[in-house]
Amino acid sequence: MTTTPTTPTTPIAQNSQNAQNTRTATSSAPMVPARYRVVANHRDTADTHTLRLAPLDQPIPRFRAGQFTMVYVFGVGEIPLSVSGSPLVGDDTLVHTVRAVGAVSAALCQAGPGSIVGVRGPFGTGWDVEDSLGRNLLFVAGGIGLAPLRSALLEALGTRDRFGFITVLAGAKVPAEHLYRDEEESWLAHGAVVLRTVDRLEPDPCTLQVPAWDGSVGLVTDLLAGLRARPEHTTAFVCGPEVTMTHTGSALLELGIPAHRIEVCLERNMRCGLGICGHCQLGPDFVCLDGPVTTFDHAEPLLAICEL
Amino acid sequence: MEPSTTARRAVITAEALDDVLIALTAAGYQPVGPVVRDSAIVLDALGSAADLPHGRGTETSPGHYRLRDRSDGAVFGHSTGPQSWKQYLHPARRKLWSADRDPASGDFAPEPVAEVPVRYAFVGVRPCDLAAIRILNRALRRDENAEGPFIVAVECGDPGATCFCASTGSGPGCTDSGEGYDLALTELTGSAGHRFLVTVGTARGASILDAVPHAAAPQSAVMTARRIVAEARGRMGRTLPDTDLRVLLARSAEAERWDDVASRCLACGNCTMVCPTCFCTSVEDTTDLTGDHAERWESWDSCFDIDYSYIHGGAVRTSAKSRYRQWLTHKFGTWHDQFGSSGCVGCGRCIAWCPVGIDVTEELAALDETIEPETAR
Repeated sequence: MTTTPTTPTTPIAQNSQNAQNTRTATSSAPMVPARYRVVANHRDTADTHTLRLAPLDQPIPRFRAGQFTMVYVFGVGEIPLSVSGSPLVGDDTLVHTVRAVGAVSAALCQAGPGSIVGVRGPFGTGWDVEDSLGRNLLFVAGGIGLAPLRSALLEALGTRDRFGFITVLAGAKVPAEHLYRDEEESWLAHGAVVLRTVDRLEPDPCTLQVPAWDGSVGLVTDLLAGLRARPEHTTAFVCGPEVTMTHTGSALLELGIPAHRIEVCLERNMRCGLGICGHCQLGPDFVCLDGPVTTFDHAEPLLAICEL
Repeated sequence: MEPSTTARRAVITAEALDDVLIALTAAGYQPVGPVVRDSAIVLDALGSAADLPHGRGTETSPGHYRLRDRSDGAVFGHSTGPQSWKQYLHPARRKLWSADRDPASGDFAPEPVAEVPVRYAFVGVRPCDLAAIRILNRALRRDENAEGPFIVAVECGDPGATCFCASTGSGPGCTDSGEGYDLALTELTGSAGHRFLVTVGTARGASILDAVPHAAAPQSAVMTARRIVAEARGRMGRTLPDTDLRVLLARSAEAERWDDVASRCLACGNCTMVCPTCFCTSVEDTTDLTGDHAERWESWDSCFDIDYSYIHGGAVRTSAKSRYRQWLTHKFGTWHDQFGSSGCVGCGRCIAWCPVGIDVTEELAALDETIEPETAR
């Protein structure tokens, strides 16, 4: 269990004869965000944007692929966002891909270059790319789940010769919701295999045109059938809706990938990032400390209990 | 257990409680303790010992709390009330920072709120609440070596009908080793007069005792205090089932009993508000009407609140059943995984202040009866 001792910063009372009464206060400092400027805002899909942020204050510590930050929009609120940029980038910029699903995420999608936001973090556990040297890497994403995986994918592709096969299986509801199509060529150039699928291929209700699509139609787990890599030498990184992760995890187990070599990325209500607000509990875990990335053998029994 | 020969002990008269408060104030502490208000014993600043609930006791049962008069004039003859020391150690609402935005550039700089610490002296801390203070500090990940408030503990001689600290190992007496307190009192109301046995826990406790008229403690007073605590242990209103609750709850996730308790539970969160160890908070970001002044506030939250488990698309725990299960399982089960102990100290507040009288000891006993023992272990 990781503990984060808080260092009280409260001043000593004037008439203090003994030491100050520090244990009656928890410092608010970890709840104060550092300012970052939006330097780029790229629209990925109709409701999803990728933002690049550069620090105005002391930058937050270096992140690991899979970790998340708390991003604050002035006067609107703060949300957890997984880092989607490469941890190998040498500067202190942060890249986040955000889908507009609420007030804060919608405000972030609209935050043009020059906007100032707040960032706390990085928090939580990361994808264990380092522990998978020499192994095949299999990335399985459902929808926006590709964003937290991109960070680990770019890390692996950046040091390509340390790994075996690198395969990306990405699913989305419809073709227009697939992320990062414009950089897929670069992934392929680095020797990744990328397979994409959509849940359905239907005519657009306005144009009545069936969208152009060169991938598969079906669930992302269907793509596993074509895999030939040796399962015992494969590490799988899985991120998507919970139902996608449990089904994919079970399918990967059946293929023979060891449970502790299947990593999933959990989502709960992360609010403080410090394990003190309590909201992100999942059984014994504080997802902000013990997650979001965890192994499938740990996550499976927790996800199996309804409304845990 | 034999009385320790190393602990420093003394006897003070009931009138000398005032001298204790005066000595604490002179040492720069703000004494707070039990006072009668709104037909309950609550915690507030103490001006003098006259503010303490002389001759008032409490009568509790599930969903029930009443004050009663005591014939023995005891000052600490009451069990725990609706409040706990949590309100001082972990305020119900506090501002974390504020920021003003420059409307032209959109720039802002969050200013942390500088908190001026109050040097509290907690007077009348029951042994269950001593344990609660320790558990709360651990849950909030505070430095356990940092100096805390001055603590005058009072051993329990008259536990309430909702008390079960003997089951949780947190009462009704204090330890001789001085764990958690500076001074520990045992109230003696017998024929020898209204007195307090004082046990010194720390050096700063000793310096307060030195400033108060006191006499050496006769062995008879020490033995009387032991008997009072031992008898209190035998008069606990409630007990926890004699089983490993952590194992029980880990195996109870799908128990039918959760439906039963959910049919009674209002999901009001009273139990979490009165619990001396429930630590969850919500963070609220606000602005004023101009939109250019923002503040961040932290306030107590409850796992019974539907928004508590909100992630985009909806709450994880929508049913009352899942929220009650979360609370009870966390308190008695997964708390061990997170913080190395149970989260319950047996104070009984959640039983007395539940509007429908749900009793955690009864719920745990019911789970224990319905869950089959695991044979292959």
